[in-house]
Amino acid sequence: MSEPLLKVEDLRVSFTTEEGVVQAVDGVSFDLAAGEVLAVVGESGSGKSVTAMTLMGLTRSPNARFEGTATYKGTELIGADEDELRRVRGAEIAMIFQDPMTSLNPVHRIGSQIIEQIQEHEGLPDAQARERTVELLERVGIPRARERVDNYPHEFSGGMRQRVMIALALSCNPSVLIADEPTTALDVTIQAQILQRMRDLRQETGAAVILVTHDLGVVADIADRIAVMYAGRIVEEGTLDQIFYDPQHPYTWGLLGSITRVDKPRPERLPAIAGLPPSLADRPEGCHFRPRCPHEFAQCTSVPPLEARLPGDAEHRDRCWLSVEDKRVKREVQPGEIGLVDKEGTPA
Amino acid sequence: MSVDPGANGTPLVEVDHLKVFFPIKQGIVIEREVARVHAVNDVTLSIAEGETLGLVGESGCGKTTMSRAVMRLIDSTDGSIRFHGDDITKAGRREMEPLRRQMQMVFQDPFASLNPRKRVGQIIGMPLRLHGSERKDVESQVRALLAKVGLHPEHVNRYPHEFSGGQRQRIGVARALALEPRLIVLDEPVSALDVSVQAQIINLLDDLQDDFKLTYLFVAHDLSVVRHVSDRIAVMYLGKLMEVSPAEELYTKPIHPYTSALLAAIPIPDPNENRRRERIVVSGEPPNPISPPSGCVFHPRCPRATQLCREEEPPLMRYANGHLAACHHPLNVSEDEIRGSEKDPSSPVSAGDRRPDATANAT
Repeated sequence: MSEPLLKVEDLRVSFTTEEGVVQAVDGVSFDLAAGEVLAVVGESGSGKSVTAMTLMGLTRSPNARFEGTATYKGTELIGADEDELRRVRGAEIAMIFQDPMTSLNPVHRIGSQIIEQIQEHEGLPDAQARERTVELLERVGIPRARERVDNYPHEFSGGMRQRVMIALALSCNPSVLIADEPTTALDVTIQAQILQRMRDLRQETGAAVILVTHDLGVVADIADRIAVMYAGRIVEEGTLDQIFYDPQHPYTWGLLGSITRVDKPRPERLPAIAGLPPSLADRPEGCHFRPRCPHEFAQCTSVPPLEARLPGDAEHRDRCWLSVEDKRVKREVQPGEIGLVDKEGTPA
Repeated sequence: MSVDPGANGTPLVEVDHLKVFFPIKQGIVIEREVARVHAVNDVTLSIAEGETLGLVGESGCGKTTMSRAVMRLIDSTDGSIRFHGDDITKAGRREMEPLRRQMQMVFQDPFASLNPRKRVGQIIGMPLRLHGSERKDVESQVRALLAKVGLHPEHVNRYPHEFSGGQRQRIGVARALALEPRLIVLDEPVSALDVSVQAQIINLLDDLQDDFKLTYLFVAHDLSVVRHVSDRIAVMYLGKLMEVSPAEELYTKPIHPYTSALLAAIPIPDPNENRRRERIVVSGEPPNPISPPSGCVFHPRCPRATQLCREEEPPLMRYANGHLAACHHPLNVSEDEIRGSEKDPSSPVSAGDRRPDATANAT
């Protein structure tokens, strides 16, 4: 395998709070190859957004502590100074945020926000930067881009603002695009439009994408590889098909089981994962999923390493002590459904 | 409507040609109405006792306005609303008071809908106190309610911030249940929650409905979640009803192109299925409800639209199984089904009488 574009190794982010040390990201490692889409999947508090923000140098808190490394084309991102980050941000690694309503500056015309970024990184003359901006807006599907380039953000709908965000992110041809829940705030028909546009743009630009999301439907639509996060750790990692058709970690089973599907007859009851994710200030010892897992056994009190457990499948790694045979049997507890048995309906 | 009075029980809620318009005013001293937002534009619906009606549509389609009007939280412009046979369209505060305990609401955002300065016991106990329970009885009732929704009764003295999103939504459900209502309006009750927690709340709502014989109006922005709770589903677009159908049938046999577009837009969490699936992406965005398009309101985005759709508003046609759809060019129905259909009295007044052309439309 060729040298990865972005290599994250043993990334740890913690925050000191009144309740103690919150370990938001706990030893996350992954590689991102050029042109691939890596989906980071997890629920609130799993550390997926903190991971993304940290790579961009945007986790700014006096209480935060960072450990580990993230190397982009030989440049270390963790602990890099602001000047260095400014060179990388926008030009090499760009970000699309979840909420298009709050992530554009409301008092500047959208055109000038994009032009500013182009000029900052490439120093183009005004006319050229403006021309590129109009082209970008056309490419992301904004009708009458030449007129609308001088509009303010409030003159756009949510879907159109998200397109502006994407145009802004693509303005300097970045090699890595970090998209944090890019379609969560949008209506489904608009989400479908944006996803299609992202697929097309990916073909055209060849940028690698880190897609942070909780929506496995969106993941199935666009990702090449998936990392499933739970309580700060990656619990399973593999290709799209490995995760969907041969999931190894009980949390992944639960996640896959609890999504509603519109293309299949509805089940009598929705399979739910019992209980709640742990508080990050007070995580259970060993496997963090242990208290919610119906298959817990003695060994689970020590931390399972993230490693390839399936023979001949080095790409597919997980953190679960169960043997491969056990997993095959146990994930099929409910006929036809990959899901956990509802251990006990009441959360702690 | 599909649930005929007397057949599947008396309708608990009857909404008849309801219109809710919001005026847009201009002028400093003398405010003149310059335009109107057509939030709900001639909708007729009924909800039977014990039934769950899913009300689905994208932002701005009028689903929330509709649910608020049913709760009498906003005034309607025209049409009528009946609750258990009583006309409440113009009911004032005093007349509504005895009815309030029969209709409750659960809100979308479990962080904004609970007072952060009140303890859980006070939040859930307040409706009981207001409706005349003795102080000494309230605490035991609150504890029982907490247990009912799957929380620990000992948590009665905690504050909302000590709970997670899913637990807060359980508190919201307990508050709605406190007065043993007949109708609960659920306004996107799970959209703010994580998937694994969504399933817990959906299952809880399902159990409570059986235990308390509740009627639900379940408002949602997409078709994936409502399916698991609804008996019937109504699809709204730009203030109008597009389709009303028995829940399962809507997924296997969507008649309106808008419903079919909504279904196609939901990504399927199955990579192989996704690769196989034909992608129909509806272009454009919902138009401005201040000046809705002529004819069928969906025509500017509809792949099947013709001149007829631009000129004439289609009536709601009633097909088999009480399946209603307002479309000149319906999907998934045979020639015979189209011939067998008839114009439903719940059609908007402005709709024409033209039946879908059986020979041209059969699919």
